[in-house]
Amino acid sequence: MCRLFAVTSDTPLSPMKALEALDAMREGHDGSGVGLFMRDLGGPFAAIKGAPILSGIFTDAGLKKLDTLMMDIGFMTKYRMGIQLPETPPAGTPSRDIYLIRAYDYPRAWENLAEEEKHRRLLKVRLELREMGEADGDMIVFSFWPDVIMIKEIGDPLTVGRYMDLDRHGITARIIMAQGRQNTNYAINLYACHPFFLEGFATMTNGENTAFIPVKEFLESRGFDGYIGFQSDSEVFVHILHYISTFLDLPLDAYKHIITPLPDEALNSHPDASVLRILKQSCRRLIIDGPNCIIGNLPDGTLFMGQDSKKLRPGIVGGKPGIWAFSSEVCGLDTVIPDRDKSKDFQPMHLDMAMVGPDRKEVKVCRQTDRLSRQA
Amino acid sequence: MSANGQIIPSSLSISDLPWQIRWNQDKCTLCGSCTAVCPVNSIELGVFRKREIKAGTGFAEKPSSSQTIRYGIRQRTSPAYACVGCAMCSLVCPNDAIAPVRNDGSDKLRYHINQGGQPKSRGGRRNDPSGLLDQIKFIRISMLTDPALDAGRHTFDVNTLLGRVLEPRDALKHQREHGWMPPVREIYPLVIGGMSFGALSPTMWEGLQMGVAYLNEEMGMPVRICTGEGGCPPRLLRSRFLKYVILQIASGYFGWDEIIHAIPEMKEDPCAIEIKYGQGAKPGDGGLLMWHKVNKLIAAIRGVPERVSLPSPPTHQTQYSIEESVAKMIQSMSMAWGFRVPVYPKISATSTSLAVLNNLTRNPYAAGLAIDGEDGGTGAAYNVSMNHMGHPIASNLRDCYLNLVKVGKQNEIPLFAGGGVGKNGNLAANAAALIMMGASGVQTGKYIMQAAAGCLGSEQDRCNICNIGLCPKGIASQDPRIYRRLDAEKVAERVVDLYLAFDMELRKILAPLGRSTSLPIGMSDALGINDYHAAERLGIRYVV
Repeated sequence: MCRLFAVTSDTPLSPMKALEALDAMREGHDGSGVGLFMRDLGGPFAAIKGAPILSGIFTDAGLKKLDTLMMDIGFMTKYRMGIQLPETPPAGTPSRDIYLIRAYDYPRAWENLAEEEKHRRLLKVRLELREMGEADGDMIVFSFWPDVIMIKEIGDPLTVGRYMDLDRHGITARIIMAQGRQNTNYAINLYACHPFFLEGFATMTNGENTAFIPVKEFLESRGFDGYIGFQSDSEVFVHILHYISTFLDLPLDAYKHIITPLPDEALNSHPDASVLRILKQSCRRLIIDGPNCIIGNLPDGTLFMGQDSKKLRPGIVGGKPGIWAFSSEVCGLDTVIPDRDKSKDFQPMHLDMAMVGPDRKEVKVCRQTDRLSRQA
Repeated sequence: MSANGQIIPSSLSISDLPWQIRWNQDKCTLCGSCTAVCPVNSIELGVFRKREIKAGTGFAEKPSSSQTIRYGIRQRTSPAYACVGCAMCSLVCPNDAIAPVRNDGSDKLRYHINQGGQPKSRGGRRNDPSGLLDQIKFIRISMLTDPALDAGRHTFDVNTLLGRVLEPRDALKHQREHGWMPPVREIYPLVIGGMSFGALSPTMWEGLQMGVAYLNEEMGMPVRICTGEGGCPPRLLRSRFLKYVILQIASGYFGWDEIIHAIPEMKEDPCAIEIKYGQGAKPGDGGLLMWHKVNKLIAAIRGVPERVSLPSPPTHQTQYSIEESVAKMIQSMSMAWGFRVPVYPKISATSTSLAVLNNLTRNPYAAGLAIDGEDGGTGAAYNVSMNHMGHPIASNLRDCYLNLVKVGKQNEIPLFAGGGVGKNGNLAANAAALIMMGASGVQTGKYIMQAAAGCLGSEQDRCNICNIGLCPKGIASQDPRIYRRLDAEKVAERVVDLYLAFDMELRKILAPLGRSTSLPIGMSDALGINDYHAAERLGIRYVV
């Protein structure tokens, strides 16, 4: 079973902090894999916030292919961070040629494009690279987006972090999401490792989504390029979030209503009953079913945690103004923010969603029985 | 009359019949109950004469003969009176002295049941006990990583939707702009399929309706029943119970006048309108209510003369094509209730199901599609239709669902599958398999008759005389002497029993799969089958 940890902090933190939190929760995961999502970057990336950053794993041949393609499109390298690895990887971790974190300048031809169009094109480039890589096995691309870095690897989270010497490379971020464990229900595959990312949205999940196939089939049939992959049954959570935000223009609190709609009795007495009933019916295919704790991050930096309707996966939020963390277990929280007021720790129940906005001042809890923040 | 029995081509012996009566002289008290109850008069009181010759061993004693007479039960072998194996004789016998036994060998009756040049017609099913649905297993069980749910204690939301469900963007747009929202009913996914008014006896009908009302009002289960063709009793049409009823209009339009006339006085809208284009057990064939059943009441409600056979034509005669039907009939039916009632067609599973479905996707008023497979039951049809026509439901439904997935309209047009659901008694498992293959719900008729009213029919040509008004249990007869055998209250009780039992079994399937908050429509990753080709065809896992 996975363990999740996410932190949002005014001061950029090293990803090792999050991996230490995962390590504190090691009884809950088997050390089979690690995934890291970092946004609002510090260090050398702080000065180039608007530049898209490509994160992935490449062979030497793959890198050549990448360079050719990027040159063809017109991307120029703006900043490159190579991760030097010791010769022998830890047991169970494959030997890799290059972990690439590279920031680019947009092609000249893109300069006058609207932000939205740029983003759409970034997605297309990422998908093209991923497809090329899948054909020859020489490129694995996790993200290609401004101010975002992703790292995924097979092996024990802390051991992998030390092996990659993440501290030394000066990677820091104000928002970090980390997950420990490889895929649960399907074959081992780095793409199946949480967190998942799509056009600025990221989620990671603890548990199982038994509604995976119907949700996948629904999303695939929307005709959107980005809804691919599906190597993990939890990957659809980020796609659903993306779908309701970009296609339906719904607020974040509607996300919870889509994936875990209220039972009818509760719906009848809800102040937004009419719209929620329509959402429940028309988005019925997006109802997830399984024990899940979902932690996610929106393009504006909002970090959130929600539970499935069975509330069979633990999750806790705590911290203080300026730094808040979302964790599967309280010991993860203790590792990173030991000096918080523990009496204010909050464990979202099945109707709750906890959010910390980009200002990091407070934890906001919205309950499904409350009014929607914005009418659909 | 010839002294010796005349041997003609159709003279059959008891051993040529599919069902043979075993009668025990020692136990029989000659009460006559069995012969009185036999619906097809295949047994009669017989007089057996026995001549016994005594030949002495010596010379003095002369041979002599004596005559004895005894009374007993004789089985008739004429094809018109052949035993149908219903075993009503056993049920009424106080001493267990009589029972029908199935002939192990191939019977000869089948070659002689076309007397007068009329091919055999019967009710019942395809008479093939095998079925693909029973081979399917549920394989994605949450075990160690994610513990299974408790079927007894967790709350499960298994209701489904009947009605056109708009694509999310359209739904929100309609809501914002206060546009017309297609009516959607939240119902229980097991629907009592159409069994015509007139085909079923009044007691059976009453029992089913009472059971459904109890389930809705006392048990909180939104169970729905389809009327079948033939109309609906006027009092029910004007009652608050109408909301639990799906009214059917078929190609004969029988009883439809009665319904239309009642509209101004209806207190509630019906749950939905089902337009029957075909029945899976006899695709391309219409309904057939034979004259036996058309008594005064049925004639009045159907608006026809008494004692005439009522064949529905195979197609809706006023419609030129399915396209026209969809465009006109669905719209006019919707209009009749102010577009507040879902209207959907029911078709036989055939190779053209996809064409019909594609047509429906383009019609904003189409509220769903019911597809009926070949294993479904029927009240009256020709033997050859039932045994040799039709398309299995599993692959037909799957094709339709995957087609909707391809065009991104899955569950927008809910698919309801019927035809052999629970034909071997595995109602919940069959229903769950169809739902996981893409059905929003299932329809069943024969299982209800078997479970709620004790229908004796089997998949081995037992009974199957639903068509001639002699139903031994009084389920499909309009003869008061017969239908009084059936207690409507008891039928209602059994309807409730079977729904509650079904619900528990469905939970027992869903709980280990980890599903509780929505019906697992299209959850095909949970299905496995040990037939490679079936797995390939259905797009489910091949497991051995």
